[in-house]
Amino acid sequence: MAAGAHLEVNGLTKRFGGLVAVKEMALGVRAGEILGLIGPNGSGKSTVMKLIMGIERPDAGSVRINGVEVAGWPSHKIARMGAGIVFQHSRPLHRQTVLENIKLALLPDKLTRLFADPQTDARARAIAARVGLSAVLDRRPATLAFADLRKIEIAKAIARDPQVLLLDEPFAGLTAKETAAFSELISELRDDGRAVLLVDHNVKSVARLVDRVLAMYVGERIAEGTADEVMRNETVRRVYLGGSLETAARPESSFRDSTPFLEVDNVSVHYGKAQALENVSIHVHAGEFVSVVGLNGAGKTTLFNAISGFLPYSGDIRREGAALRGQSAAAIARRGIVQCPEGRELFTDMTVRENLDLGGQHLSPVESAGQIGWLFDLFPILRERQKQAAGTLSGGEQQMLTIARALMMKPKLLILDEPTLGLAPVILEQLSKALERLRQTTAITVLLGEQNVTFALPHADRVYVLEHARIVWEGEPASFAAGAGTGYL
Amino acid sequence: MRSFATARVLLFALGVIVVASFLPLWVTGYILGLLTIAYYFGVFAMAWDLLFGFAGEVNFGPTFLIGTGAYTAGILDNLYQPPIWVCLVAGALAAVTGGVVLALPALRVRGPYFGLTTLVAVLILQNFIVVAASLTGGEIGLTVPDVISISDTTNYEIALWFMAVSGAILFSLSRSPVGLILQASGQDAVQAGALGFNVTKHKLAAFIISAFFSGLAGALLVFYLGTASVGTLVDITVGVQIIIAAVLGGRRTILGAVLGSVFLIAMSEALRPLGDLSNFVVFAMALIVVLLFPNGLLGMLTGTKEPG
Repeated sequence: MAAGAHLEVNGLTKRFGGLVAVKEMALGVRAGEILGLIGPNGSGKSTVMKLIMGIERPDAGSVRINGVEVAGWPSHKIARMGAGIVFQHSRPLHRQTVLENIKLALLPDKLTRLFADPQTDARARAIAARVGLSAVLDRRPATLAFADLRKIEIAKAIARDPQVLLLDEPFAGLTAKETAAFSELISELRDDGRAVLLVDHNVKSVARLVDRVLAMYVGERIAEGTADEVMRNETVRRVYLGGSLETAARPESSFRDSTPFLEVDNVSVHYGKAQALENVSIHVHAGEFVSVVGLNGAGKTTLFNAISGFLPYSGDIRREGAALRGQSAAAIARRGIVQCPEGRELFTDMTVRENLDLGGQHLSPVESAGQIGWLFDLFPILRERQKQAAGTLSGGEQQMLTIARALMMKPKLLILDEPTLGLAPVILEQLSKALERLRQTTAITVLLGEQNVTFALPHADRVYVLEHARIVWEGEPASFAAGAGTGYL
Repeated sequence: MRSFATARVLLFALGVIVVASFLPLWVTGYILGLLTIAYYFGVFAMAWDLLFGFAGEVNFGPTFLIGTGAYTAGILDNLYQPPIWVCLVAGALAAVTGGVVLALPALRVRGPYFGLTTLVAVLILQNFIVVAASLTGGEIGLTVPDVISISDTTNYEIALWFMAVSGAILFSLSRSPVGLILQASGQDAVQAGALGFNVTKHKLAAFIISAFFSGLAGALLVFYLGTASVGTLVDITVGVQIIIAAVLGGRRTILGAVLGSVFLIAMSEALRPLGDLSNFVVFAMALIVVLLFPNGLLGMLTGTKEPG
């Protein structure tokens, strides 16, 4: 409608407890423009989107839609100002048909409207036709393909004809063909004169679609410009790839076990309709340190959960030659394959010491005390914090405690899922040193999942790259730094 | 297509109601009395289902709304003897007022706290009734000087048609655009807000409607029974029975709630020879139905399966 509709954000700040999730964020999107907001997992880009939409309240800063200050408003009012959001996870009404789900978005926010406007039906059908849902109008969401569910979300968002459209990872979980069709649709929405803010993990996947890119890291803006400029930006390269990568790999031939400790053979996993892993094969020798590198959503956590026995899968996972299938998750963990989950999952109301004692439940008191002493040497900060509740620790300290608790179980194979998630660079260094000590002083086997390459490579003996549910590269860290890194960004 | 289905359901329900209205020709006054109570309970359960099944809020205190309506009507009649319809209107309005006072702060809290707030409200009302015994009759109960009618048949028909009209209104509402927005608010408040819907406003409206029908039904029940007591109208166990009736009948169906109420009251009557065991058996049966048929009796009958 009005020309020049746009979104303007200045000084936007959000804290969660002691953690600053978004710091002094500034961005602007003009009508008829797509701005790509990129950053690694935990960088705060989804929070920025929620702050704009009013789902979270900003602690400071300004959000202007068409020049109107909306920061701190409830989201239904911001929606009425002309903002719409497409959530990453589809959340349709399951008892209603596709058509009714779209009609919902067309209803006015009035209690007196007991009968729908007769035009609603025609408008809902037109929107469905535009996003390509005409064939499935009368079906229930549960019977639809994954891409169609995403289309319902887009249909609902554009039903309100938003001038500012926020898209949260619109391509996650889609095939290449579906991604192309979605890109087409999104550029059409831009050509209607909307301001589009698109969140994604890396520049590569959105480079052709977006007009400009803004890169974030740990809550702050680190670069802005065209996709090419941002990809060439030094800070961005350092965040994604690390500055100069130092590697200290031991050649695979130095591990003398004839059967690798862990073999993942042709494993596939589906979440309903979305394929999370596709014919993935990796192996880890006893004593080896293997990193699986991949962006958020690539399938790392799924792979680890399959190994830990949390998920059904096709294919084979073997430990020292014997299949793990059929063993319960608890049994797999007790026998020495221990995972540190991405979410940390500490008992936040218990003290540091109690968390560690809990990890050492199956050990004798003497053994347990000895293990705790060793861990306090490995992570000295935990000794100081013994009596503090785990929830009051900083993010980095919590991560150390998570690893320490896992080590209390004396694992043969330690699986670390994104230990750097949301941590500041200085903390990464401490964590990195602790891992190095672990690697040099014990015979432990480690499988590390990371999107932060700087953190993943220095300790690794071998690296796998996981992309869109598939292993696309395998090799030594040195050659990754030389070659594969470019494609990764 | 939707409105056609709604009309068909209402037409079918009307047929059942018309048949039920001829029951006094065949059955005894005793059974009519049981059904009369079952129909009022049906309204309680339907009003509760609007809140839980659609707005997604678990109200553990349906009896707070019912009790407020019932006691307001009863006390008013006791003190001033105005025409009964004045007492009924006053009861319904008092329940709505009480509902708003309760819901405004309660809807601001998330998760299980809404339910806990409503639970505490019941305890407060219960204590108030006991403490203000000179006004409310306390633990002994309140006796009202008037009843609507002493004829079993008249009382039965009033309850039946009151239930029919309430059910038609609540059911149509649940199938209307407002009902759709309510469901969206209940299932995913964040997304409903992002689509431009004022979630609190819609949930509050649902609470008010629920309170209105609960309070009115409570007041009518007082003028049928001639008494009001904590044990029959306010106690937590009464609230639990209403909830069981609604879930048993089939949540998110509105009409199933009536089925559940009639079933509960019919079963406890049929099992009366078991003495103290009867309640145990009824609740055990309810538990089995809820566990095996999460869509309730109505779901069992229509064979509908709910995805997700």
